[in-house]
Amino acid sequence: MGTSLDVLNHEMVPDHQIMDEEEVADLLATYHISLEQLPKMYHDDPAVKAIGGDVGNVIRITRDSRTAGRAEAYRLVVKRPKK
Amino acid sequence: MTSPKRVGRIEFGLFSPKEIRKMSVRKIIWADTYDDDGFPYPQGLMDLNLGVIDPGLRCKTCDQKAADCPGHFGHIELAKPVIHVGYTRLIRKLLRVTCRSCSRLLMTAEEVEKIVGHEDSELASEVVSEKDIKKERVCPHCGEQQLKINFEKPTTFSEVFVEDGRKIEHKLTPADIRARLEKIPDEDLRALGVNPDVARPEWTILTVLPVPPVTMRPSIILENGQRSEDDLTHKLVDIIRINQRFKENQDAGAPQLIIEDLWELLQYHVTTYLDNEVAGCPPARHRSGRPLKTLSQRLKGKEGRFRGSLSGKRVNFSARTVISPDPNLSIGEVGIPLAIANEMTLPIRVTQFNIEEMRQYALNGPERPTIRSPCGANYAIRPDNRRMRLSEANLETVAEMLEPGWTVERQLKDGDIVLFNRQPSLHRMSIMAHRVIVMDGKTFRLNPAVCPPYNADFDGDEMNLHIPQTEEARAEAEILVSVQANILSPRTGGPIIGGIHDHISGIFLLTHTVRHFSKEETLYLTQHLPIEHLPEPAAMDDDGKPLWTNKQIFSLVLPDDLNMLFQASSCQNCETCRREMCENDAFVRIVGGNLISGTIDKKGIGAFDGQILHRIIRQHGMKRAARFIDDVTKLSIRGIMLEGFSFGIDDEDLTRTEYGQIDEVLNGALSDVERRIKIYNEGQLEPMPGRTLEETLEMQIMQVLGKARDRTGEIAGRHLGMDNSAVVMAVSGARGSMLNLTQMAGCLGQQSVRGERIMRGYEDRTLPHFRRNERGAEAHGFITNSYKSGLSPTEFFFHAIGGREGLVDTAVRTSQSGYLQRRMINALQDLKVAYDGTVRTTGGRIIQFCYGEDGTDPGRSSYGAPVDVKGIIESVLKEEVK
Repeated sequence: MGTSLDVLNHEMVPDHQIMDEEEVADLLATYHISLEQLPKMYHDDPAVKAIGGDVGNVIRITRDSRTAGRAEAYRLVVKRPKK
Repeated sequence: MTSPKRVGRIEFGLFSPKEIRKMSVRKIIWADTYDDDGFPYPQGLMDLNLGVIDPGLRCKTCDQKAADCPGHFGHIELAKPVIHVGYTRLIRKLLRVTCRSCSRLLMTAEEVEKIVGHEDSELASEVVSEKDIKKERVCPHCGEQQLKINFEKPTTFSEVFVEDGRKIEHKLTPADIRARLEKIPDEDLRALGVNPDVARPEWTILTVLPVPPVTMRPSIILENGQRSEDDLTHKLVDIIRINQRFKENQDAGAPQLIIEDLWELLQYHVTTYLDNEVAGCPPARHRSGRPLKTLSQRLKGKEGRFRGSLSGKRVNFSARTVISPDPNLSIGEVGIPLAIANEMTLPIRVTQFNIEEMRQYALNGPERPTIRSPCGANYAIRPDNRRMRLSEANLETVAEMLEPGWTVERQLKDGDIVLFNRQPSLHRMSIMAHRVIVMDGKTFRLNPAVCPPYNADFDGDEMNLHIPQTEEARAEAEILVSVQANILSPRTGGPIIGGIHDHISGIFLLTHTVRHFSKEETLYLTQHLPIEHLPEPAAMDDDGKPLWTNKQIFSLVLPDDLNMLFQASSCQNCETCRREMCENDAFVRIVGGNLISGTIDKKGIGAFDGQILHRIIRQHGMKRAARFIDDVTKLSIRGIMLEGFSFGIDDEDLTRTEYGQIDEVLNGALSDVERRIKIYNEGQLEPMPGRTLEETLEMQIMQVLGKARDRTGEIAGRHLGMDNSAVVMAVSGARGSMLNLTQMAGCLGQQSVRGERIMRGYEDRTLPHFRRNERGAEAHGFITNSYKSGLSPTEFFFHAIGGREGLVDTAVRTSQSGYLQRRMINALQDLKVAYDGTVRTTGGRIIQFCYGEDGTDPGRSSYGAPVDVKGIIESVLKEEVK
């Protein structure tokens, strides 16, 4: 097999960071939401696997934005349900 | 009110024969409905146990009257089992994955586990599909050789086996299939994704048929006293008749052939009873030849139970009629015929402050004779919610009785807020709030400047009107939905309401180059504008009478402090811009609300890219912008009426010189095409990179002919100047383009299908008028004539081919985009931007953390940007910024 690909180095993959508990608590407090109300992403998402995220983690995704220049999104890692 | 509850689980299953018999109140055996006295037969299809529809009778099951009895199911015992059409796919799958002798899944336990995953996995698992099983394998449990199962639409299953090298098909009867399905063990079904507790597969083969209550298939009595039965009843009659005959033949020991025929007939009737639009099955028809509307047809599609009855919404307080234009109305107004205004009401609560007014409304009564007479009222509602219709007889008594606490439903009058709508409602500007002006005539009237958001024209379009009934609704309509709040489109961030057609031609003619107007002309132009004084005259004529310039007159409608610089639509994009000295007068410069130079046209006041309009919205607000549109439309209509504006076939006339030049160009092009074909035939043509020889030739021909057409257009354009109406419309951007002009005066050019010359038709040629394998321009759809000169028969045919493609394209596009729109709306309808700027679902789940990532409302933006930086700098510096 060829060399493995680090998806994080691809120019179209935005920056993914696992947030620590304090940051998550802050986030939930700012938006007055529960963990379940966050957008989701699957545990087997290539980017999640690359940064070692696990089910229950909240990931901060920092993207370049056409409108705002830089935009942050937060996603909760969940297990991919089988069909 | 009880708090909303969350749906925990929905379970879909099949009715077992046992359940069907249990819920049945009566076994139905007679195909007849009513006896000679009009009384339902016992155990017939209209049995009184199944519920009642005739008023006066009582249901034998629940002893309630027609209005209260919900109806009860009965059942028919079928002589032999038949297949339910809705489950043929499941049956086919199950037959193919199970053994024909032991009915076990054709897989070992290990193979199953590989696909399904381990039992203790917490989530629902993958299911075994048809593809996981190898064809014609041997059963791993009993060693039986498997046969191929053939399925023929709609309901025939057969086994295929090879004997003496020939393929033989053996038909499976529903009874055979049912016997097989019965034997499939529960755990195998689970692996296949079927929950055997609620849906045993043999229940997909019907042995007993539920008979729906009479209440869902009521018979109607026609004017002549005859009864007409529902389509479902007709179908059930057929089923019972055949079932009866089947039973009799069976008992009499009829030959196998007859039994099989009857069985198939019964299958056909049950199939069409469930779904009358199955592929491979002729639909059952009414005596008149109309296909019957059976169970599936009641539910399916746009007019079915789900989309038509359950999610369909109907409203009161609405009106619909043809629309027509009225440029004297403001853009925020709508003209309403008196007949409609008299019929439509809005409720006003009587208070001690308005009681006198309300009394007057009541006294005026329901009949308003002219649009000038005061508005009346149609109903008065007492504090106990009793509604009293006002009529000549009770006007005065009711008016006397009025006191605070009553509600008066008064008629529409000038100034009321109404919602105005044209279908298809594709964007939010398809419904806008207007103010009522009651008018004579029978049509809704609207200012033509609001046509673009509705996509309306006046070739017979109809529009709808709705009257908001509460104070909150009226306030919302005025603040959020009003026309002036919607001048800026949330799609582009630019204006969508503005001048169209004659508005643009008119303002172009008025403002083009510098002209001087006498006092009479000036007053004629400005008579409908809300101005009090004329400006200082710009010049004097020889007799010392004052003269005003056209630019001065246009400046009257501009805000006083407007500073702008932009290029008009007529700008030629010259290499070095001569600015104020532009020979087309296309450099628009406005300083301090005065038009210094330039022509106002589509770029200035047009509906989709009106720059002046946009700047006024940004700097002076929506209200001023609405006034600007009103003023500009009125001024431009006067401007166009000053000299009149018309267009006819003579306007495309050229002189003999031009026709000679056009012929020369076309002949040159045709011989150039011939020359290139010759080169190709001699094999001398050099192919372009990545193209074949033929493609290269085609491209060259298209290019030569395209250029020739453009050259004829230039020749025609040189002759037709600014005094030609079509040129004025094309240059100002009002309607049409120079290409349209070329086609009218010069030459129509190459007709194409999918971007290529027309190639199809007869063998090796497009039409019998040409030689086989001819490659010339005329033989493949090049039209040298113009609309003015008229087309030759072959040219006409090619033109029709090209025209048809356009029609098909639009038809396909509208249906596809319509469906896309429907799905998008269904997916996004409940999302909203919360007060903290997040986009959320109704459950409070976040979709976006900040709307559009920058939180900008595009409807309040400047073409998407939150701040119009260029506009601000320009208006301060009064100079162009790069």
